[in-house]
Amino acid sequence: MAIFDSNIPQGDLAKKWTNHKNEINLVNPANKRNIDVIVVGTGLAGGSAAATLAELGYNVKTFCYQDSPRRAHSIAAQGGINAAKNYQGDGDSTYRLFYDTVKGGDYRSREANVYRLAEVSANIIDQCVAQGVPFAREYGGLLDNRSFGGVLVSRTFYAKGQTGQQLLLGAYAAMNRQINRGKIEAFNRHEMLDIVIVDGKARGIIARDLVTGKIERHSAHAVVIASGGYGNVFFLSTNAMGSNVTASWKIHKKGAYFANPCYTQIHPTCIPVSGDHQSKLTLMSESLRNDGRIWVPKKKEDAEAIRQGKLKPTELAEEDRDYYLERRYPSFGNLVPRDVASRAAKERCDAGFGVNKTGEAVFLDFDSAIMRYGKEQAIIQGNHNANDKEVRELGEKVVENKYGNLFQMYEKIVDENPYKTPMMIYPAVHYTMGGIWVDYNLMTTIPGCYAAGEANFSDHGANRLGASALMQGLADGYFVLPYTIGDYLADDIRTGKIPTDTPEFDAAEKNVKDQIAKLVNNKGKNSVDSYHKKLGKIMWNKCGMARNAEGLQEAIQEISDLRDDFYKNVLVPGSAESKNSELEKAMRVADFLELGELFAKDALHRNESCGGHFREEYQTEEGEAKRDDENFKYVAAWEYKGKPSDAVLHKEELEYNNIELKTRSYK
Amino acid sequence: MNLTLKIWRQQDANTKGKIVDYPISGIDEDMSFLEMLDVLNEELIAKGEEPVEFDHDCREGICGSCSLQINGEPHGPDRGVTTCQLHMRMFKDGDTITIEPFRAKAFPVIKDLIVDRTSFDRIQQAGGFISVNTSGNTIDANAIPVNKHDADDSFAAATCIGCGACVAACKNASAMLFTSAKVSQFALLPQGQVEATDRVLNMVRQMDEEGFGNCSNTGACEIECPKGISLENIARMNREYLAASVKKN
Repeated sequence: MAIFDSNIPQGDLAKKWTNHKNEINLVNPANKRNIDVIVVGTGLAGGSAAATLAELGYNVKTFCYQDSPRRAHSIAAQGGINAAKNYQGDGDSTYRLFYDTVKGGDYRSREANVYRLAEVSANIIDQCVAQGVPFAREYGGLLDNRSFGGVLVSRTFYAKGQTGQQLLLGAYAAMNRQINRGKIEAFNRHEMLDIVIVDGKARGIIARDLVTGKIERHSAHAVVIASGGYGNVFFLSTNAMGSNVTASWKIHKKGAYFANPCYTQIHPTCIPVSGDHQSKLTLMSESLRNDGRIWVPKKKEDAEAIRQGKLKPTELAEEDRDYYLERRYPSFGNLVPRDVASRAAKERCDAGFGVNKTGEAVFLDFDSAIMRYGKEQAIIQGNHNANDKEVRELGEKVVENKYGNLFQMYEKIVDENPYKTPMMIYPAVHYTMGGIWVDYNLMTTIPGCYAAGEANFSDHGANRLGASALMQGLADGYFVLPYTIGDYLADDIRTGKIPTDTPEFDAAEKNVKDQIAKLVNNKGKNSVDSYHKKLGKIMWNKCGMARNAEGLQEAIQEISDLRDDFYKNVLVPGSAESKNSELEKAMRVADFLELGELFAKDALHRNESCGGHFREEYQTEEGEAKRDDENFKYVAAWEYKGKPSDAVLHKEELEYNNIELKTRSYK
Repeated sequence: MNLTLKIWRQQDANTKGKIVDYPISGIDEDMSFLEMLDVLNEELIAKGEEPVEFDHDCREGICGSCSLQINGEPHGPDRGVTTCQLHMRMFKDGDTITIEPFRAKAFPVIKDLIVDRTSFDRIQQAGGFISVNTSGNTIDANAIPVNKHDADDSFAAATCIGCGACVAACKNASAMLFTSAKVSQFALLPQGQVEATDRVLNMVRQMDEEGFGNCSNTGACEIECPKGISLENIARMNREYLAASVKKN
């Protein structure tokens, strides 16, 4: 069995990280230049890790499937990044950020990891500002903040609706500096297709050059997986089309445990599905909920009239609207966490109050914010008798300043002006909290193989609060991994260059080549996308926002059958020796077809509801998630045994010594 | 909608390419342009032909992967959008649409509609960064106040997605809008001042080495830029470059 110890340091929660850093092994700067590290994925976690490891002196090779690290999907994150700076003086602290995150994760994350995350969060902002990330500023020149779901303080730093872009470009710039110095060798348009293990340790990877099709061997003393999440198992999600599970899944098959695969975040504010042609869902930042009010009609006949286009939402009187989040959760209102807001939207739509043609949309309305801001502006400008039209114009200007790019994006996609009519939104698959199991050092159950950012499982529990993914990606990459990896690499200073002409590399390369040959020579009749779409439908209908035992059992069988059919009948045109996007997709979908089954198996075994995992059998009378701490207060870490159905469950019991486990209430 | 697509097909950088006609029907006006190409590719695959290769990823207008010269315009006829955010409602039933890769000497074709834009990366590597250690021993963020107006201008320049539309739109295949956006972002921030001289000189030198042309103030880049990056950035870069040249000499 692989090593399965969380390695959480002893001692006070607040001192664990400092003490750990003082005690772990260091590598002499002169020895670092004899050590190679591979980083797979160049988003926030991978990019920041690569830059920092290179800065420290290691020789770094980065791999990404995109043509440039700057295009990693972290770039699409909109809203912001949390940090316990308490610049606003509204009572924030490391402990509060830690508390909110553990509670928000429905008490299914690791205390020590989350505390460390909160602790280094403030440092991330300092680092990014020093690198020239243009965060939003107040008129005094200081940094501006806003608030996000599940939180009662303003701790979110942002750059309009493009925070992820700016943070990623910061990490990319830091990478560029190291590429310029020759400390990073970047392999873009390359995909990792297997890990190579020598004497039980991760010692390299097999990668495919996506332009020439060449299969390459790359060795290193350690391998970091930072390849993001697996939300594309649903086909439709807010992830980039190329986001995939391959790197994580390949290491899982070689011994890395996969933890909590069923924890998926369904984001409440996405543009609804419009038809079968759709390839991708687009998210509208959660920050919109600071000003947007969510509602559906109170009466079913009004909802029906709106669906048929006979009634405009703006014509419906205030008293005929049901602001259901404000009604159900008065203290958090529209800012309840994502899982709560998503389920509440589904509940209203299932009950027949949906507002678009498909009945799967609710309104996100900015009218009151526009009027409120407009009045404020009129008074500031000395106009105390402004009429409604003037007030509205002034208010629209304020809203445009805050969310202009999001409003524009909505208008381009939906062809409606959100300043004049409420946006329509619906939940969509967004982020996966599950991932590769790692210990406190971010090492997987394969020695020398690490996982960072969304690829690992550790910090978000069963649900992720807004603005926390960017925080974790950069915390892992800039501040955690560079320390903890040294502890492991200290033993490798005399190892020397790892050769690639060994039986282990031969076997891994053959494995990859065989799989490619099989797919290219299959000459079936169905396209790769047709399988991906079928898998996505099974996942959404049976492992989506609500699950039950019966549906999950069906899903497991259906996915297994679909996988068999895929290998018999898939058609991959073109050759393996050139740019071939269909082949790339086929390799990724093959892995999704295995992961999907493990996902359903994990959801089936977890007989409770928590965070993003809502089992219909386990809910309160009011329809809220019913957790079972007695029996399920653990991380479900799965060990691969030949096929997903045979995966063996290992449990990491979670201990809460600093937080009292409570029923999560946002009322 | 029924359409005729005229698409550039090219096996690889060393093979000669040509335009091939593809009729397509049943296109919904709510589809994005790339979803329309997905439909075409499904049809080609069903017929046993090789699908058309094109770059795309986030499909929400931010990653900068998608390119495509559509009817002679980078990212097509709509303003302020990338190809992935271009919708078929911009076209009419019966239209003929010509789809080509972004053309420039510094953007060699990889296959079909995919071009190699790594020259942009090399420009950035030549100086598009602030040389600060990434291990976290920096001063408190609020110790560096930045005038809101400057921060907003810096942000506006920093929103460039590096798609290359500016190059494809320019008759000289100039990368000055892209490079100047990067120069501006740092030039407007106090953190970027220390290395300003070397930064602009190195980035401009790399831009020239990559084979991009010079700006002749036509302004097509600004019109076609999906992110509205302003020509003012080019003016700022030229000022920075002049000042840096004087300083260095």
